Amino acid sequence: MRHGKYPFIIGFLVVPVALYVTFVVAAYLQTFQLSLTSWSGLGKIEYIGFDNFVKLWHDDTFWKSIKHNLFLLILLPIITIAIALVFAFLLNVGGGHKGGQSRGVWGSKVYRIIFFFPQLLALAIVAVIFGRVFGPDKSGMLNGLFPQSWSPWLFLADERYAMACILVVLIWQAVGFYVVLFSAGMGSISDDIYEAAALDGATRFTLFFRITIPLLWSTIQVAWVYLGIAAFDAFALVNIMTVDRGGPNGATSVLSLMIYRNAFDFSQAGYACALGVVLFFLTLTFAALTLRVTRRDSVEA
Amino acid sequence: MTEIFANEVGRRTLLRRAAAVGLLATPAVGLLSACVGGGDDKPATQSTGTKSADNPLGIDPKAGVEIVIFNGGLGTAYATDVDTPAFNKKWADAKITYSATEEVSTVVQPRINAGNPPDMINNSGSKLMDFGAIVKAGQAADLTDLFAAPSWDVAGKTVAETLVPGAIEQGTYDGKPFAMNYSYTVFGLWYNKKLFDKNSWTIPTTWADFTALCDKIKAAGITPFGYAGANASYYMVRALLTSAGKIGSEQVLKDIDNLKPGAWTAEPIKQAAQAWGEIGNKYINKTFLGLRHTEVQLQQDQDKVAFYPCGSWLENEQAKDTPAGFEYAVCAFPSVTAADKLPATAINAAAGEIYFAAAKGKNPQGGKEYLRAMLSKEAALGFTKLTKSLTVVAGASDGQTISPGLTSANDMLTKAGKDVFMGYLFDTWYKKLDDESRAAVNDLMFKGGDAQKFCDRMEKASQAVAKDSSITKFTRS
Repeated sequence: MRHGKYPFIIGFLVVPVALYVTFVVAAYLQTFQLSLTSWSGLGKIEYIGFDNFVKLWHDDTFWKSIKHNLFLLILLPIITIAIALVFAFLLNVGGGHKGGQSRGVWGSKVYRIIFFFPQLLALAIVAVIFGRVFGPDKSGMLNGLFPQSWSPWLFLADERYAMACILVVLIWQAVGFYVVLFSAGMGSISDDIYEAAALDGATRFTLFFRITIPLLWSTIQVAWVYLGIAAFDAFALVNIMTVDRGGPNGATSVLSLMIYRNAFDFSQAGYACALGVVLFFLTLTFAALTLRVTRRDSVEA
Repeated sequence: MTEIFANEVGRRTLLRRAAAVGLLATPAVGLLSACVGGGDDKPATQSTGTKSADNPLGIDPKAGVEIVIFNGGLGTAYATDVDTPAFNKKWADAKITYSATEEVSTVVQPRINAGNPPDMINNSGSKLMDFGAIVKAGQAADLTDLFAAPSWDVAGKTVAETLVPGAIEQGTYDGKPFAMNYSYTVFGLWYNKKLFDKNSWTIPTTWADFTALCDKIKAAGITPFGYAGANASYYMVRALLTSAGKIGSEQVLKDIDNLKPGAWTAEPIKQAAQAWGEIGNKYINKTFLGLRHTEVQLQQDQDKVAFYPCGSWLENEQAKDTPAGFEYAVCAFPSVTAADKLPATAINAAAGEIYFAAAKGKNPQGGKEYLRAMLSKEAALGFTKLTKSLTVVAGASDGQTISPGLTSANDMLTKAGKDVFMGYLFDTWYKKLDDESRAAVNDLMFKGGDAQKFCDRMEKASQAVAKDSSITKFTRS
């Protein structure tokens, strides 16, 4: 077996590594390089040192975008995971036990499909649909449901609530996937454990906090990283749904949108790359921090 | 979504962009001239004939002319059904070789580089060629003799004299005309004529009349004025800057385009912002900030909005949603002050859609003659009938009923006379500034109408662009 080991491993790795190097590593290296230029996206490339980063430091929209990304970064994972855990618990364990098997609440199979459904819709479609849900006049779905005497809520056109609307859509779209993910995780938790706990007189509440969550911890950790990365993106929704793309008045601007607009609308590819570099480090820091902070023994509890 | 994008790129931006390409050309040429072959190669043997009163451009009556037409929003029927027959009526032996393309640069640029260009080219669409680069490379024929030639069908006038003001200037580079910008978009306040007639509301010419009428309209339960804040706030930017241009003449807008310090805080801009901010405070529906142009335009078709600032593509765009009781009409933006430099009838209108004759083709004079045929009153009228777009041929569709909105736009143009100005180009030159102007105008119109804040914010953004060395600068005079 020793002789064949290395060719075997290399044979497996060569294609993915080549793809990764070409389309990820090389692209990142180029982004780093271009972030030091004033390139417009066409024509000559001129090096300007760290000017782009200085400019970025003084850019109000940049700080606004960072703020919005942080807002999503904090709230999106917490709320999504909380909702998904509760739903997954109800679907899998919430129905109590019969014949040594834990079951979900009545009709859980149907619910599972319903929860997963948003995941099947393309994000662009979700954005258009929610654009109508949040319509600022009586033709909007929510405003249409409100009593006739109310003056319409502006939702996306109101600087105070626009970002919250984006958050709601992101959560609505993400929950289904994490319900399925957590369900799979819960399926792998042995029924014996639940049964033993139930025999000891544990309530559903105790089961959830003392058994399910600790045993699911590594899954939750992964979910947290995924959702955090999603929070750094949010591009499609903001681009399609919001007033003036990232407005009103930059109230929904996020880093990914800024990158896109600078690169393709404002012909400032160099500056866009500098933003890309910032986003790269932010995402990396977040992933590293999350994995470190949430590290704990999965059997500790 | 596709519909929104198609509309935006298709009509609005494209016409303006085509026009803007002309002016933004010069400084960008250094980079891009490489794409278009240089001027060293010898011109092919070119057909010529003897100049005469009947043949002012001296074409060879038997030489064929090859034309390439962009197949886009305007279609191609105007070329095959109107222009070519008109040309052949006069020159029966000159065979027209016609082709259409959706990607002008892909099809034509290699032929230009190979020294074998078509004789007349319609440079348009999202894949148009950089016209400044073409001019710099010596590939576009000088159109001076075309514009000086007698008109095709207006006796006693030269071609130039039959055109609207500014039409030739828009295709002029370093003092010489190289492009014919054919289609013509006029901007103003659009309304439903039937609704206004029914209520005997008269079109205002002063700001006091305008606000008084808005009060009446509001009392009738209709939103007096509106535009779509979500994706079409640049219509409002145009309204505001048109007013500013009327107050202080087009120089105000040229200063803005040239990023002159203090251009945005100039008195005319402030007055215009003040006046429009008032309108926003009192007469707009605040929910429009979150709506798209299609939604607000639909509300206007339902008589829920009285005035809507837009360009002359509006009627055609709304054709399928316009109910029977609705008849589009347009009026000039009312004068803001009694001391406006331009009269109340003055309007903003811009030519677009480039047509040019290749300098190094087989028959450049034939290409120009084809352009002369296009600039005949008859062909221009045919174009307008088919495309519902006006042309730069002045008064070509006078007295014709093509559609009520177009008739109204034409009337407005006639009333404006020489007081037609081309407007501004900063929105295509500096997208970032364009972006800021959209957000700032939304803030002005929907959030309290603070004119000073609007001016200061734009001034700051404009100076930031001026100081940013990574942005290529353009100037106009």
